[in-house]
Amino acid sequence: MLQAEGLRHTFGRVVALDGVSFSLRPGQTLAVFGPNGAGKTTLLKVLAGLIRPQAGAAHVSGGRRAIGWIGHQSNLYGHLSVRENLDFWAALYGVPAARRGPRAAEVLGRLGMTDRAEQPVWSLSRGLVQRAAIAKALIHDPSVLLLDEPFTGLDFAAAAELRALLGELRGEGRVLVLATHNVDEGVELATDVAFQRRGRFVHCAPRGERDAAQIVEAYRRAVTDG
Amino acid sequence: MGDLLAQAWIVARKDLVLEFRTRTALLSAVVFTALVLTVFNFGRDPTAVATIDLAPSILWVTFTFAAMLALNRAFQLELENGALEGLLASPLSRVSLYWGKGVANLAFVAVVEAVGLPLFVLFFDVPVGSVLLPLIGVIALATVGFVAVGTLFSAMVIRTRFAELMLPVLLLPFLIPPLVGAVQVTARLLASRPLSESVGYLKLLAAYDIVFVSLASVLFRFTVDE
Repeated sequence: MLQAEGLRHTFGRVVALDGVSFSLRPGQTLAVFGPNGAGKTTLLKVLAGLIRPQAGAAHVSGGRRAIGWIGHQSNLYGHLSVRENLDFWAALYGVPAARRGPRAAEVLGRLGMTDRAEQPVWSLSRGLVQRAAIAKALIHDPSVLLLDEPFTGLDFAAAAELRALLGELRGEGRVLVLATHNVDEGVELATDVAFQRRGRFVHCAPRGERDAAQIVEAYRRAVTDG
Repeated sequence: MGDLLAQAWIVARKDLVLEFRTRTALLSAVVFTALVLTVFNFGRDPTAVATIDLAPSILWVTFTFAAMLALNRAFQLELENGALEGLLASPLSRVSLYWGKGVANLAFVAVVEAVGLPLFVLFFDVPVGSVLLPLIGVIALATVGFVAVGTLFSAMVIRTRFAELMLPVLLLPFLIPPLVGAVQVTARLLASRPLSESVGYLKLLAAYDIVFVSLASVLFRFTVDE
């Protein structure tokens, strides 16, 4: 479903990805933890096809149409309403015209945003913009979701809601790759955990029976050692 | 081909809706056109240089700089909330993105020219009645070339720090051939000379359009992909 093999990418002398390999099956969620500058965003951009790696390859079954992308920013147009934004992105992802309206209604309903559908994006709060961005990522029913720091700027309640939603999406058999520098936020969702440091995966394994505290401790050791 | 055009239309329609909603750039370009023509009207000495000799250059200098305003905004709106990243992560082909932006720019510049041409006639009292159709044809031919190159360059400079400054600096040298052609044909038309005298320049304008639309369609992806 999602496979990365020997990914390597540099920006000048800075090594952003160094031999990163992993594969994920439906229902798996890989949480990639790492400090700022570890190469997490580069990894997600390579998986999304936004950056062509200098070595190695990433493969997602179904190609770009199968990927839902949630980056640092919402990718939404402020002067379009939430519904217009969803219609635009659905059209780009090849959702047939007759399906776009019902699909938007379904996604907005799921995110509790039905009453916000006609509101321009510029008028929404940070939390609602993030929800609208998730709606945009889900509009074409992707089998793989790539999430870059999705909890940034959300308050405690909004972050908890987002965690619950992502848990549901994982339960539906989607593959999730979640990159964050904040271990506490992502650890509950993960079936697999990777620690990234200076472009390398210094640890990548199933979460198993480890609890959040154990993973946080392992992460601290991994990013401070050596 | 049908898919490429359909995707291009989705992008162009979205750009036109956004411009219609905000009207900032369109209004600025129209006001700019009116002001430049007014300044030229009151700044010239009609006893020193005949209006008919000066008018073609004034018309094209005005259109060129007004088009620059339009082209500057083409990718600016994709920077809002990082929409460009979303477009590049989607299955939208780079050629469709370029064509979509080009069509929206063409419509935008056409509106500015549609306002500018009557003002030009009003201020400079030039006899366009008998040559209106060929004049519109020349304007269309030159505008296609302007927009083809301008759309490519506006994508190229959008991630630079001084995009608004860089665009004219990079673009103007490339606009010299169509500008020369357009001024020469316009001068001959306003002087009621037969169109056959302008065939060479018309061929230059047509060749420029064909070469740069084709070249820019191929090169565009190198300006947006990381």
